[in-house]
Amino acid sequence: MRAASSLVIAAALLLGAGCTSTPLKSITVATTTSTRDTGLLDELLPVFRTKTGIEVRVVAVGTGQALEIGRRGDADVILTHDPVGEERFVAEGFGTTRTEVMSNDFVLVGPPDDPGGVGGAKSAVDAFRRVMDKQAVFVSRGDESGTHQKEKATWALAGIDPAGDWYVRSGQGMGAVLRMADEKRGYALSDRGTFLAQRDKLSLTALCADDPAWVNRYAVIPVNPGRHPHVKHDLARQFAEFLVSDEAQRLIADFGRAKYGEPLFRANPRPVGGGP
Amino acid sequence: MRAFDPDLWPVVALTLRVTVSALVIAAAVGIPAGVWLGLARFPGKRALTAVVYTGMALPPVVVGLLTYLLLSRSGPLSFLEWLFTPNAMIVAQTVMALPLVAGLVMGAVAAVPHDLVRQVRSLGATPWQVRWAVLREVRVGVLFALLVAFGRIVSEVGAAYMVGGNIQGQTRVLSTAVMMETGKGDFGVALALGGWLVVLALTVNLAAMRLQGRSA
Amino acid sequence: MSDQLAYRLESVAVRHGSRVVLDMPEFDVAAGEILCLVGPPGAGKSTLLRLLAGLDSPTRGVVWLRGERFGEAAPVALKRTVSLVFQRPLLLTGTVRSNVEYGLRIRGDEERAARAVAMLERVHLAHLADRPATAVSGGEAQLVALARALAFGPDVLLLDEPTNNLDPARVALVEEVVLADHKARSTTVVWATHNHFQARRAGERIALLLEGKVVEAAPAAEFFDSPRDARTAAFVQGKMVY
Repeated sequence: MRAASSLVIAAALLLGAGCTSTPLKSITVATTTSTRDTGLLDELLPVFRTKTGIEVRVVAVGTGQALEIGRRGDADVILTHDPVGEERFVAEGFGTTRTEVMSNDFVLVGPPDDPGGVGGAKSAVDAFRRVMDKQAVFVSRGDESGTHQKEKATWALAGIDPAGDWYVRSGQGMGAVLRMADEKRGYALSDRGTFLAQRDKLSLTALCADDPAWVNRYAVIPVNPGRHPHVKHDLARQFAEFLVSDEAQRLIADFGRAKYGEPLFRANPRPVGGGP
Repeated sequence: MRAFDPDLWPVVALTLRVTVSALVIAAAVGIPAGVWLGLARFPGKRALTAVVYTGMALPPVVVGLLTYLLLSRSGPLSFLEWLFTPNAMIVAQTVMALPLVAGLVMGAVAAVPHDLVRQVRSLGATPWQVRWAVLREVRVGVLFALLVAFGRIVSEVGAAYMVGGNIQGQTRVLSTAVMMETGKGDFGVALALGGWLVVLALTVNLAAMRLQGRSA
Repeated sequence: MSDQLAYRLESVAVRHGSRVVLDMPEFDVAAGEILCLVGPPGAGKSTLLRLLAGLDSPTRGVVWLRGERFGEAAPVALKRTVSLVFQRPLLLTGTVRSNVEYGLRIRGDEERAARAVAMLERVHLAHLADRPATAVSGGEAQLVALARALAFGPDVLLLDEPTNNLDPARVALVEEVVLADHKARSTTVVWATHNHFQARRAGERIALLLEGKVVEAAPAAEFFDSPRDARTAAFVQGKMVY
């Protein structure tokens, strides 16, 4: 009996400890893995916290899941890169305003010997056609992430329904996909930030880029308090405003320059407000 | 993050806190339930046993998904505000550990000879005293059940990621950190974290063996 | 033999499925007597002892203990006046001493340590008191089980072939301890054995069971010297084959 009661007390203590660690002001941001895995948020969030006293809890998942978390009201703000999905998110009333924060671009990466011969491609669509023609291995995110959406759009533009042994639907995050492409000596569509951040661990090289269709725009959207009254909309808006402030934009523009030789993201030239 | 990086301690500490909490709750409910199931005779016991055994093989991602939907702002238990907190992870891990503890304890109790139970009763034990005596007889089995449950939940990543969110300093545990670092390609860090996970499991097992040695 | 009744069985039957394993229209056990149940394995001796111990209830009929209805659902206080020793020792995890103390401990007896040691002395095993129960021989374990069953001073001692696996010296010790306890405290003893020599040595009254039925129950002298039933005669002459 004594053992049983001490078990209960221990349980209460352990559970109780869980309730005390959250600071007074905090918000949850659902974002894509690229903002976390590149280390960008590690750069930005301490500055935000010092300025406002708001702690940001980062849940980094695929863009599809991040939007879904926002839709269910399980985050206060989302930071994603899927303009079509984001517009729909706002249009359906789940978010208040969509503000573009930054961009980078997508790159088609592949083995240095380029078995698909995509190095000479004139456009993104051309590059994808060459991969398909050579039946070269292509590793897809396959996870409804922003990168996956962009990839599907490119296949559609090329008039190709990718299927077959050469087309690998991985269902994994960007880093994992890059490594899978590396191991399988295949191609993958990656955001430039993640690729640059991991380039020294991979033998892959960027083969096709700078297509206007492959601009990767990141936007921040506070979740609509009209839909989910509990969300901390004020704090979320402060976070969104911070991301487009001069200070944050400068940090974004410089981020990665020292380490990778070029910045991982491009600051947004002019903050774009949107939404219905 | 290196193997002895101070950033690591919160992760190790949280891993222990979450898993031990879940284990304590699962033990507090599962051990009595297992003893009761092992001894009692009632109609529908077969069905209940089947439910427990199915629960032992419940896929962690299903547990994670259901816990997520329960605790989500749009879910029935949203008022707890537990999603993306350690408590959500404790809930998911408890759900995974409970059928294991109950099922393995039930199996151990059912393996106690019927005559031993009769002997204890015929010495004048009340039903509660019988249960206690049987529990003492199967304590090695109970320890084993707790170890198996610990091993299952401490290394589980799917549910922990889904309901915890792998938030740095708040819900990042060893298993989700390994997953994340692997995703980022930082195999060295992932390996170091994985090493800690193994050390944790080893320590718990050694402690359990010592305990068992002392009680035998 | 006292006139007072310990047990009275009325129209008692135990069925396992459709098989009748015990059928006793009427049967009494007097308070303070030593009754030996004899008969081959499977005759129903263990089934009967389980009824008398309150471990099971009969499928049909009523078991009375000192005028109170007895069975699985009987009050603990009544059940605690009865003690049963099995064929196998069935010791609990722990020391020899803690096993002998068990019945006293669950009754909240404060003097259990002293009583347990005194009891162990009676079976000549005091030197093993602090040994783990798993570390004693089978014969020693059975004596520990007997000491455990007697330690709390039961009114009724039920024995289910406890000497089957013992060497002759220990068989004699068990008989001596049981008879001494009976003499000192007028303990009612119901002793199942398939050994007619043991029944002759220990029993005041003998009942022969065959296929769940009492063939003959009589005072020992009568049972052995002038059996009324041919099957009893065969048993006492050691000619019953089983």
